[in-house]
Amino acid sequence: MNWVNVLVQGVLLGGFYALLACGLSLMFGVMRIINLAHGDIAVIGAYLIWVLVNQTSIPPWLAALLVLPIMWVAGYAMYVLLLERSRRAGQLVPLLTTFGLAIVIENVLLQVFSPDDHSLLSSTGTLATSSISFGGLSISIFGILTLATAVVVLTGLQLFLSRTTSGRQMRATAEDPDIAELVGINARAVYAKATAIAVAIGALGGIFLAIRQTFNPFTGPTQLIFAFEAVVIGGFGSPWGTLLGGIVLGVAQVIGAQVNPQYFVLFGHLVFLAVLASPRVGLLSRRVHAL
Amino acid sequence: MSLLEVRAVDAQYGLLKAVRGVSLSIDDGETRALVGANGAGKTTLLRVIAGAHRPSAGSVIFDGADISRIPAYKRVGLGIALVPEGRRLFPGLTVEENLSIAGGRRVRGDWTVDRILEIFPMLQPRRTQRAATLSGGEQQATAIGRALMCNPRLLLLDEVSLGLAPKAVAAVYESLQGLIGSGTTVVIVEQDLGRALTVASHVTCMLHGAVVLDGEASAHSREQITAAYFGVRPASGVGADT
Repeated sequence: MNWVNVLVQGVLLGGFYALLACGLSLMFGVMRIINLAHGDIAVIGAYLIWVLVNQTSIPPWLAALLVLPIMWVAGYAMYVLLLERSRRAGQLVPLLTTFGLAIVIENVLLQVFSPDDHSLLSSTGTLATSSISFGGLSISIFGILTLATAVVVLTGLQLFLSRTTSGRQMRATAEDPDIAELVGINARAVYAKATAIAVAIGALGGIFLAIRQTFNPFTGPTQLIFAFEAVVIGGFGSPWGTLLGGIVLGVAQVIGAQVNPQYFVLFGHLVFLAVLASPRVGLLSRRVHAL
Repeated sequence: MSLLEVRAVDAQYGLLKAVRGVSLSIDDGETRALVGANGAGKTTLLRVIAGAHRPSAGSVIFDGADISRIPAYKRVGLGIALVPEGRRLFPGLTVEENLSIAGGRRVRGDWTVDRILEIFPMLQPRRTQRAATLSGGEQQATAIGRALMCNPRLLLLDEVSLGLAPKAVAAVYESLQGLIGSGTTVVIVEQDLGRALTVASHVTCMLHGAVVLDGEASAHSREQITAAYFGVRPASGVGADT
């Protein structure tokens, strides 16, 4: 029974990682940019919600509704103002740009909010702490909500990419931007839109982050590592791969913690390294080209 | 009235000049064969017209307006569509998706996915198949269909017969005949001189990046065009820099 519990907790944790990883995967899939500031973007989302909830005492879900469009616009601007220029300078430059952006974000947050830990836990009532019992298992309601959100977001993203004209244009641009322009697609606008979606979803992940744990200006990089591991395990650029990768990472970490509480992060890293060393990187990596 | 005018265009890749001082004028409804040996600058010239390559000098006038500074995706909206060399479909997208994404902000015109499948019946059973799984002829048909979905007034075709079985080439040219009959202005780049001259009313021959022969197809003998093609001797025509 204990191991079933481990598995369930791992899957729920995996939902959180998948949500964080989703935007990272999208940006890589469409633009071949690894956004090293993704974790910090999630933390910005967390801070914005925290400020709104504390200043105006509106409920967190309403604050989220306000923050997501703001982050969408910020993502669009981030592409147009920063990434567009650095993309023109070569493949490595966007990586350096996002690395720099991460440092800037962390230090601005430090300047504005101090290094203190914050959390949204107190504003969410019993949601974050209540659980349901099921056949001897105790399942956190918030964990289910997180996983459900991840599934909804990833399904939505998959449907967007496969069913809408906008999404198909995004896949076409990902495969061949030069030709996409020649059939009437504004590749720059497509990239900006992909960044906007990625940043908004990243911020959504940040909201769940803020409820499940405390955060401070330097929480981002750790979250980035987990998200990155989820993406690599699942195979870059595939929404379902990202979900699977998140779940595999989550389960590995919980199994690690079961063996010894100190092995929590270690087991996740070991699975990540094992996938990297395997001949076919990423469980669903074939799908990279299908995105 | 000329639909397209290319004025003294230079285009280069780094230090390599691929197109040198090319000027040409193409009338509305005309079918122009652009011929020349490998490396003559034909593909680069088409890419300059379509907006995929920025010329280092000169200008492109389309329908009376200078479009030299307009990006490629907006030129599609004006009515310029390019079928690129080597098909260049989006391999992960299905035939239907390859067709339906083209055109961007929908241009006036009546091409639909269904009509494309009507003129290329071989694509009908492939509709939901990924483009990567198609045969060469089917890919070429899809690539032409994708360009037609942009409802072009000027259709630029780059090496549509390259790498295709003779039967597939015949099928592609048969469908082109229909298009030409419907009044679309077509520029066709072709290695196969005989094939190009069966559909073209005018012919332009390029050599080492410059135009060496230009005029009505009927005004030049096959031998004259062949000579210009290989640069055997200065051909009658304009702008020779051999």
